[in-house]
Amino acid sequence: MYYTYAITGLVLIISFIINKQKTLKAGKIAVVKFKKIFPTFITMLILVSIILFLFPDEVISNYLGNSSKFISVLLASFIGSITLMPGFVAFPLSGILLTKGVPYMVLSAFTTTLMMVGIITFPLEKEYFGVKVTVIRNTISFFIALIIAVITGILFGEIL
Amino acid sequence: MKRNVKIRIAYISTYVLFLFVSFILGYNPGKEIAFNFVSFLIYMLKILPCAFILIGLFEVWVKKEVIEKHLGEESGIRGYIWVILLAGTIAGGLLVAFPIAYSLYNKGAKLSIVFTYIGAAAICRVPMTLYEASFMGVKFTAIRLLISLPLVIVTSILLGNYLSKRNYKMVEGK
Repeated sequence: MYYTYAITGLVLIISFIINKQKTLKAGKIAVVKFKKIFPTFITMLILVSIILFLFPDEVISNYLGNSSKFISVLLASFIGSITLMPGFVAFPLSGILLTKGVPYMVLSAFTTTLMMVGIITFPLEKEYFGVKVTVIRNTISFFIALIIAVITGILFGEIL
Repeated sequence: MKRNVKIRIAYISTYVLFLFVSFILGYNPGKEIAFNFVSFLIYMLKILPCAFILIGLFEVWVKKEVIEKHLGEESGIRGYIWVILLAGTIAGGLLVAFPIAYSLYNKGAKLSIVFTYIGAAAICRVPMTLYEASFMGVKFTAIRLLISLPLVIVTSILLGNYLSKRNYKMVEGK
C-alpha cells in the first residue's frame, strides 16, 4: 500500500511543477467524484460490517474444512462471493486452511470469488454499470472462478 | 427529495440507531459490527484518496485521443496487454477499479477493454500476486493467473460486443 502513496505523491509533485492550474483542477475533480460516490461506499460498508459478523474466520474455516470436495468448492464460492476481505487477510487465512488439509481447489474457488465476485460491492458497481451489467459481470466471474477451481483440482491431482 | 435518498437515509439511521442502542445495552454483536465498520472504513480511507487523486490527474493530463488510440475501438491485442499492465500496478482491488474503469471509458476506451481492466484489477495485481504466491505456492498462483486471464479477456470481449450492439452506455451515479 505504501508504494501507492509514494507513486501518487510523486506524480502529484511532478504535475504541480509542470502546471499548477491543471493540478488544482485535478484535485477538484478528485473531490467531486469522491463526494458523489461516498454515500454508496457507506451503504456498502454497512453491509460489509454485518456480513463479516455473520461469517467470521472460524465459521469460514468450518464450512471449507468439512463435507465432500465438490460441496466444499460450491460453499467456498458462495462464501467468497458474499464476503469481502482484503487480500492481506484472505491469503494468510487460506494458507492456514491449506495446512489444515483443505484442498487447493476449494481455496482457489474461495480466493477467486473473493476477488472477482462482489455481491457486497453491488451497490457500488451498479452506480457505474447499471444493475443488468453488474449482474452479468458477477455471474460470468462466478463461473470463471469455478472453472479455475476445477482445473486447479485436476492439476494438483485432487480430482480425476 | 428523491425516493432513493430517503431510503438510504432511513437505512443508515436504522443502522446507527442499532449500534447506538447496542453500546448502551452492552449488546456484543452490535459492538462487533461497529468494530467491523470502523476497521473497514479506515482501510478504505487509506486507499481511496490516492485512487481519486490519480483519477483526477488522469482526467486532466491524459488526452482522449491517446486512450482512444491505445484502448479504443481501433486498438488490437495490444490494448488488452496495456490495460492488464495498468490493472496489475494499481492497488485497491475492485473498489478502486470501478471509478478508474469509468474514467477510462469516458476517455474513449472500448467496453471489452473496460471489463478486462476490472477483471485484471481483481485477479492479477502484482503485489497481491506475490503475496498470494508466498502463502499458497507458485504453482497455485501460476495456474490461477494463466487460466483466469484468457477467460477474463474472452468473456470481456463477448460482453463488450453484446453491449455495444445494444447501444449500452456507462453513466456515473445513475
